[in-house]
Amino acid sequence: MSGLPNVAGLFFEDVIMKFIYQYLKAYKKESILAPLFKMLEAIFELFVPLVVASIIDVGIATGDITYIRNRCLLLLLLAAVGLVVAITAQYFAAKAAIHSACKMREDLFYHIQDFSNASMDAIGSATLLTRITNDINQVQNGINMFLRLFLRSPFIVLGAMTMAFIVDAHVALIFVIVIPVLGVIVYLVMKSTLPMFGKIQQTLDHVLRVVSENLEGIRVIRAFGNEGKQEDTFTKKTGELYDRQIGAGKIQSLLNPATYIIVNMAVVWILWMSGLRVDSGQLTTGAVVALVNYMSQILVELIKLANLIVLLTRAYSSVTRIQEVMDMPADERLHDGILTKTLGQEVLSLVDVDFAYPDTVENVLHHISFHLKSGEVLGVIGGTGSGKSSLVHAICHDYDIAGGQIRLVGEDVRGISDEQISKLVGVVPQHAEVFAGTIAENLRVGNGDASDEELWDALDAACAREVVESKAGGLAASVVKGGRNFSGGQRQRLTIARALTKHPWILILDDSASALDLATEARLRNNIQHLSWKPATIIISQRASSVRDADRILVLENGEMAGLGTHEELMRDCEVYQEIYYSQFPREEVGA
Amino acid sequence: MKDQTLKRIGKMLVPYLPYILLSLLCAAVTVILTLEIPILTGRGIDCIVGVHQVDFDGLIVVIRTMSAVIFLTALFQWLMNRINNYITYSLTMELRQAAFSKLLHLPVAHVDGHSHGDYVSRIISDADSFSDGLLLGFSQLFTGVLTILGTIVFMLRINVQISLVVIVLTPISLLVAKFISSRTYRMFKQQAMDRGDLTELASERIEQQKLVRAFHYTDVTKEAFTRKNDALRESSLKATFYSSLTNPSTRFVNSLIYGVVCYFGATIVMGGGITVGQLSSFLGYASQYSKPFNEITGVITEMQNAIACAARLFELMDAEAELETIDASLPQPIQGRMSIQDVAFSYVPDQPLLRGLNLEVQPGQKIAIVGPTGAGKTTMINLLMRFYDVDAGAICIDGININHISREELRRQFGMVLQETWLQEGTILENLRMAKPDATLEEVVEACKASHAHSFIKKLPNGYETYLGGDGGSLSQGQKQLLCIARVMLNLPPMLILDEATSSIDTRTEMKIQEAFARMMEGRTTFVVAHRLSTIVNSDIILYMEHGQVLEQGSHEALLQKNGRYAALYYSQFKI
Repeated sequence: MSGLPNVAGLFFEDVIMKFIYQYLKAYKKESILAPLFKMLEAIFELFVPLVVASIIDVGIATGDITYIRNRCLLLLLLAAVGLVVAITAQYFAAKAAIHSACKMREDLFYHIQDFSNASMDAIGSATLLTRITNDINQVQNGINMFLRLFLRSPFIVLGAMTMAFIVDAHVALIFVIVIPVLGVIVYLVMKSTLPMFGKIQQTLDHVLRVVSENLEGIRVIRAFGNEGKQEDTFTKKTGELYDRQIGAGKIQSLLNPATYIIVNMAVVWILWMSGLRVDSGQLTTGAVVALVNYMSQILVELIKLANLIVLLTRAYSSVTRIQEVMDMPADERLHDGILTKTLGQEVLSLVDVDFAYPDTVENVLHHISFHLKSGEVLGVIGGTGSGKSSLVHAICHDYDIAGGQIRLVGEDVRGISDEQISKLVGVVPQHAEVFAGTIAENLRVGNGDASDEELWDALDAACAREVVESKAGGLAASVVKGGRNFSGGQRQRLTIARALTKHPWILILDDSASALDLATEARLRNNIQHLSWKPATIIISQRASSVRDADRILVLENGEMAGLGTHEELMRDCEVYQEIYYSQFPREEVGA
Repeated sequence: MKDQTLKRIGKMLVPYLPYILLSLLCAAVTVILTLEIPILTGRGIDCIVGVHQVDFDGLIVVIRTMSAVIFLTALFQWLMNRINNYITYSLTMELRQAAFSKLLHLPVAHVDGHSHGDYVSRIISDADSFSDGLLLGFSQLFTGVLTILGTIVFMLRINVQISLVVIVLTPISLLVAKFISSRTYRMFKQQAMDRGDLTELASERIEQQKLVRAFHYTDVTKEAFTRKNDALRESSLKATFYSSLTNPSTRFVNSLIYGVVCYFGATIVMGGGITVGQLSSFLGYASQYSKPFNEITGVITEMQNAIACAARLFELMDAEAELETIDASLPQPIQGRMSIQDVAFSYVPDQPLLRGLNLEVQPGQKIAIVGPTGAGKTTMINLLMRFYDVDAGAICIDGININHISREELRRQFGMVLQETWLQEGTILENLRMAKPDATLEEVVEACKASHAHSFIKKLPNGYETYLGGDGGSLSQGQKQLLCIARVMLNLPPMLILDEATSSIDTRTEMKIQEAFARMMEGRTTFVVAHRLSTIVNSDIILYMEHGQVLEQGSHEALLQKNGRYAALYYSQFKI
């Protein structure tokens, strides 16, 4: 096994190899047996030229037909044993590759599920999906071929040389010279083209992006009469791609002819040397045939090896991409904090909270303070970019806050585990997203133990009973991917019911009644105020009508508290609130 | 269909004909020279008979010939590689550029009616698979067939009996390969199904990862993933293992042939039929002979795939581009009088949407279009901009039918802000300059100040040079909308279309933008679609639409007085 990581190490970084090794370790038996059996197969192949040599030197020379027949039967036997050994090797290689790749996929997915929001924002879901599907497949393929060939090919090359020494040490020196030269050429070509192929892939991604952008923006591009410029951009990008491909091809097209020349000139050299040695009686004709055969075997294996390296390169860049994801930090809120408090008076308190997103310098929330008791309703209103959604992120500890303190039921939020926060806080997000499955499964997402009765209670409170009853199968009715068999308003009510099913102590509605008509929204607000377990409720909205009846209203502007109080108080004292209100209820109408 | 595709392919390849012929010539030379090597080697071996029986003069001749053949082979191989690279890469580029250029001139309806992924895969992967599969496939096929024929001729030249053994036995390895692949087909199908299952789950749960975490649904999600992953593991193992039997099996068949050739060959050598060197040539051929067969079987599926890809690509390239019949042009400068006369339109032929639509707009008037979802508001804009053409009736600007002028000229008259914001990868400045490529920085800043975008742009790390990733990068929906408004303000055409232009902007900022809008609209004929009725009450004409029909038409006051649908919609805002 020793020569192998070194050969690979010529091309690949240690860290990456370690990463793969860590997965293959669990399949040690298979990962060792597969190449070992491949090696056995190679040994049987290496015997063939020797047998042929003996047929020529002994069988034909002495005219012994029985000897020839026996030797030919031996060839068949070698082939049969080789077949059995090869099949065994294929099995072990496939098992090791697929099992370890699947484990890698599982780890990758688990890790992604534990990602912090910061990591998720940084990388985006589209590329994560490619990594979990495409890249893992490349790696699986790479490992499989690696186990099958990476030991076999060098072994055949070195084995052929060893056999040449057995046949004739003198002529074998040719092998000693030729093999390193071949190695260096393959190495140089690969080493110089690898980065080129990376660049080609990047350029191709770019070309692809231009195409999708043009599809998305078709109306805008045409409205601006921008087609000509888009075409220029595309032509430039594809031209760049072409240049890069030709550039890499220039070097790569040297590989085959170069190896061909070297190996065949070596054959010529063998013929000449052998001629001298046979003439002086140090070598037989059969041996010459064997030596020539060994050299040809080397050529065949080299071609395989070169293809393998191309494949490994692809797998390698895939591993790099996978490892990049594995190296991203998992959730920052995975603390082991234990929460023992029972529901008290004060459920949520923010003291002088500053908040910034991980990749930005500027705070998006400044000095936010408020307290919320069980059963109270807080309305939050503010313009685009005023920090309404950031407030939700801060309370849920999706990101660490930059200053101040947030206490959930009296505990610092930083000391509470992810799981407990999700039990305490029920968020209904802006976008009503549901999972493929059944309605019941979706409602039980936050509380797997909820009874059907509890589900109906939550649905009633969320004004969603009629949504479920309108579907054949009721709670067991299926939800297709993306919830496309429900309207936006139906989905929104289901997500509200989903949050209510887990009986959270704090319920946050983040602009989540936008698709409901005003009457339903009013009914919903009323239901929430009469929930049996009396959660503290935060209603975030752009509509003044949604927050008007709250116990208190927090007005946000540019991340700062522009006001906190009842509707009447704010209408009296808070200019920002008045402006918002009147932009929605023009003065004359309000007066009327 | 397939014949047509083949004909098209033929036509496409005409400009490359000299290169293709050259490539084939190189391939032919390479094959013949390569086949010469075992013969020469055999001859060389025959010069080396035994002690003091080496024919050095003969050997030198062989070595000289061999060296020449080797270098020539390598030279032609290299030439062929370079030529093939050239053909493949430039053909791919050419196809992509042609397809992309077509894309830019397709009717909007075509793009609306197809999935975007489909276009992308045609332009990116199909172009690649086509040129790669077709040319390399063809060159491999050509080389393969030539190698097989050449080998047969070369072998027959040495000895007929042994040649027959090789020719008859080799197809067995093909049969074995075929047998295995037909058995593994079902396993691959199962694997594809399991993979699809897993991908679907993974895509949903990765896209909704934040939601999964908010509800601590992580454990259930992981468990479900593991179940699907395990299923995939089992089916993958089966498919991979059984299909990987092909190589060892065909190799085994080859070894059998090798053994048989060895036996027959040796007996014939003893009878004096052939020399030891010739036996060695035979063994060389026997071990190489099956290789082209294996390659050809692969090539045929690959070429079929390439033709299928070509068909898909041609379908895109042959799609009908927008037709233009230009027999008029607008007066300069235009006044902005619009008249819509008896217009009918439908997206789907048997589902009429707009019928008998009539409207007269005086220069500088503001027209608001309101109504529930699906009423045909956006359709109006599609027609005004000629993203779609009317089925009947006419739309005229300053008395000239817009179907008689070029689309480009028409669109130049309109500034448009849509609900779906669209920004391109590039800097903010580059995005804004889309409206006016030669705009100075001052002009751009001016436009951004007017649209209230300046204050947030200035806060970004690189200001106007901030690089936006795909789809506006990390900007919020509202910020993107502000940029789109700034983009239009940079170069104000005589008429405006605002389709929910401020839907993602909060009401306060919106009020400020409205002031800017008001200034912008002055003297410009403007069409506005808005949900928030507060922004349209002062329009000259309000069209209330439902199901493609204009039900009410008039000023705000007039419509309130009428106390019809519009009034109902307006008052519903204030009910709680």
